[in-house]
Amino acid sequence: MSAGIDLENVCCDFGSFRAVDNANVAIRPGEFFSFLGPSGCGKTTILRMISGFIEPTQGTIRIGGKDVAGLRPNQRPTALIFQNLALFPLMPIWENITFGLEVRGVDKATRRRKADELLKLVDLPGAADKMVSQLSGGQKQRVAIARALAVEPAVMLLDEPLSALDLKLRQHMRAELRAIQKRTGVTFIYITHDQGEALAMSDRVGVMSQGRIQQIADPRDIYNNPVNGFVASFVGENNVFTGTVQNPAGGVAAFETALGTFRARLGEQARGPGVKLYVRPEHTLLSDAAAPENSVPVTISEVSFEGAFISVMGNAPNGQLLTAEIRNDGSATVPAIGAAMHMSFDPARAAILPDAAVSGG
Amino acid sequence: MQDMLRRYGSSLTGAFVALVAFWLLVLVILPNLTLFEQSFRPYLPVVDVGGPKDTYSFNNYAKFLNNPVVWNLFGFEVTVPVHLKTFLSTVFFSGVVTFITFLLSYPLAYYLAKVVEPRSLPTLILLLFIPLWVSEALRAFAWYIILTFNGPLNAVLVGIGLLDKPVRWQNGVLTAYDAIVIGLVYTYVLFMLFPIYGSVQSLDRNQIEASEDLGAKWWQTHWRVILPHAKPGIASGCVMVFMLSAGSLLVPSVLPSTSSNWFTQTIQQWMLESQDWNTGAAYSFLYILLCTVVVALVMWLFKVKLSDIAK
Amino acid sequence: MHKTRNILFNVYMGAFLLYLFAPLAIMGGAAFNDNKLPSVYPWKGFTWRWFADLMNDQVMWTSFRNTILVALAVVVIAVPIGTAAAILINSITGRVRAVLYGVMVAPILMPGAVIGISTLLFWNQVSVPSGLHLSVLGQVSYIAAFVMLLVLARLQSFDPALEEAALDLGASHGQVLRRILLPHLTPALAAGGAIAFFQSIENFNVTLFTRGTSNTLTVYVFSKVRSGITPTINALALMLIVMTLVAATWYEIGRRRRARVEAAREAEGRRAAAAEEM
Repeated sequence: MSAGIDLENVCCDFGSFRAVDNANVAIRPGEFFSFLGPSGCGKTTILRMISGFIEPTQGTIRIGGKDVAGLRPNQRPTALIFQNLALFPLMPIWENITFGLEVRGVDKATRRRKADELLKLVDLPGAADKMVSQLSGGQKQRVAIARALAVEPAVMLLDEPLSALDLKLRQHMRAELRAIQKRTGVTFIYITHDQGEALAMSDRVGVMSQGRIQQIADPRDIYNNPVNGFVASFVGENNVFTGTVQNPAGGVAAFETALGTFRARLGEQARGPGVKLYVRPEHTLLSDAAAPENSVPVTISEVSFEGAFISVMGNAPNGQLLTAEIRNDGSATVPAIGAAMHMSFDPARAAILPDAAVSGG
Repeated sequence: MQDMLRRYGSSLTGAFVALVAFWLLVLVILPNLTLFEQSFRPYLPVVDVGGPKDTYSFNNYAKFLNNPVVWNLFGFEVTVPVHLKTFLSTVFFSGVVTFITFLLSYPLAYYLAKVVEPRSLPTLILLLFIPLWVSEALRAFAWYIILTFNGPLNAVLVGIGLLDKPVRWQNGVLTAYDAIVIGLVYTYVLFMLFPIYGSVQSLDRNQIEASEDLGAKWWQTHWRVILPHAKPGIASGCVMVFMLSAGSLLVPSVLPSTSSNWFTQTIQQWMLESQDWNTGAAYSFLYILLCTVVVALVMWLFKVKLSDIAK
Repeated sequence: MHKTRNILFNVYMGAFLLYLFAPLAIMGGAAFNDNKLPSVYPWKGFTWRWFADLMNDQVMWTSFRNTILVALAVVVIAVPIGTAAAILINSITGRVRAVLYGVMVAPILMPGAVIGISTLLFWNQVSVPSGLHLSVLGQVSYIAAFVMLLVLARLQSFDPALEEAALDLGASHGQVLRRILLPHLTPALAAGGAIAFFQSIENFNVTLFTRGTSNTLTVYVFSKVRSGITPTINALALMLIVMTLVAATWYEIGRRRRARVEAAREAEGRRAAAAEEM
């Protein structure tokens, strides 16, 4: 059993501060949906509004098609996994897991059985009688998931639950979370500021900034077709050029900059003074001779070896630092520092985008 | 110890140890040993001290079991020694005071720790602290004025028609100790409030939200999450209030009824009126025993350590 | 739902504050009633005469002076003892620590009357007569424990590496104590001193048995309440309450000013951080 969630024109104010501005999103039943954004962007506020700890100032939240306005957290079919997990330190693991059943009056034998079942599901058999303090970080994580699953929620809400873990474990738990979500079919709403996490796990991602949802799309689209400069910068690296749009026609335009005029795709709302040209470093090509279009002469200033790829930085004539990434597959020669080379890019791989959508705009 | 020597050198360490030794030996241990020793000696005129009559015995303790009186205990008439009756009444009503202060304090502690706006918290705490700075004698005296026969409480209650005629509150409506209990609750309620506040405050708010999110009703959250966490604070508050109540001399003396007697008053009579310090010592020692039993009981009941209680 | 709950809580808080302050107000109000029994009811007219009586009461003034002297003596003795005890207990572990800790906190849990009596008996054995000096010693025996607990709590947040660094840089043991440890402990020492002072002023049980024939304010008030009650006690109470209120208000104003300064500093920090990101 899982449910979809609809946010319609949801706003949330704290005093004069608008934490969430006009959020609209339809999350499908059984979907793994992530809200991605820097701290203070309003993603946690959205989560707390869905779980019922905060009431929206305006707008409607529907869970499974039903308006949940006025329902307390304990009356909603959601289960929240807290950033610090909030396991009860004075209860053994199995009581933690079945606390939600205990408060609904389920008898002890049934609870105990359910706890064992859930511990098996999260791959922690035999931990039932341990205390919270006896578990490792990853194990606590699993207990928190089991505790949330025990109440058979239609929606699981996860507030950066992996942020306290070290890198290796975090990557392992990503796969684990994804697997548990597929196994149970419950709708997962995941909050994170780590774009790798969001892109790797989610069916769809909502990128947020300053209280606004900037873009909702699947991970591939978010990375490849960001709608604005904020999304482009938040989910990856870019070479950014400032300039002005010339002759827009058919989704393509010329872009006049201090380094010459480039041709690139024109984003839908790319108007006004905040418009810039974005190119990913891995789409920036390095060559000895100038390319026929979109080419900038550079002097190589730094080469850093990153393992799978090599990052090459060069200074353009106006002093701007540009980065190109070349794959470490043995095909390319690594340039020497001080060498005069050219960086260029395909117009289809470059986008002219506006700044972020701003709250209140 | 090695560590101290390394950090502070021998002369400073010596000074620290000497200070602590003076405190614990001269001010705590030796006086209590003296108390214990004196409690077994008879009360004699100065010339006889050290003479043939000055022998150890349990005579002073035996006085505790003298003078039986009839005690109406919930409808049953029992004959008990008068001082035992006083002792048991003191223990019982101190327990009542502890219980009432807990009931009054817990919601308030929770409110201060988890509900109130953080901005107004320091002001509220300060307001709560002010009565603590007013002398205990005066706080008890305030209730003496309120409860007196021609006092404001009777005036108000008769005035609004709740009472037909003034009541002698100090003589007790339910028991002879009503006024004393009222005074003790008023005097010591903050000693319950602050430890509980401290322990509730240290609870992570996420724990409460997790409990609510999992479907617990408010009382289930309190019973299963907040109260267990607050246990050390509650234990501390209970011990403090019980000890202070049982050990209070001011409140029972300022707010007595014709038939109330607090055990501290009995000790005071031996010490200052009869000038029989030896019997006073024996009774004091019984008090120490009571305290030890109560502290041990609370530590066992609440499963807390001594360092949790004395904070 | 949260709204009704919060309203209930606020009402309860208000009622509780009323419960705490109304008795004090009634007691203070009675100080102006021209009635030879201390009460606000029946009201027989406004008068200052109880204050005048109080000012002329020599016993009260002696008691007041004694109380302050005893309290100062207690602070001077209890703070060093409590601090030394905290440092000592902080540097040992295991069973010895548990036992020592138990002995140290025991006086807090002991009835004041028993402390007073045992102090009286012990010093009587070594032929020291009763008097306020014994009151000081008796009070120190449990007030030092409060200081010890406060300082110990503060010591837990002390990084011992700082002392090691100072020693390593060539500081003497005395300098380590004076320049490194004591400055860190200052808030706890100040709080300990304040608590010692107020505990001493408040004390009745220990003082009653050890005072000999001298009076302190609590003993004086007690004897007044028990014997001939006149509203001079109320006048005294009111003056003490007003002093407390003035001190509290002064403290609160200072706290608010500090909070404002702190908020301004934080805002500056945020601006600086924002400027860095530009």
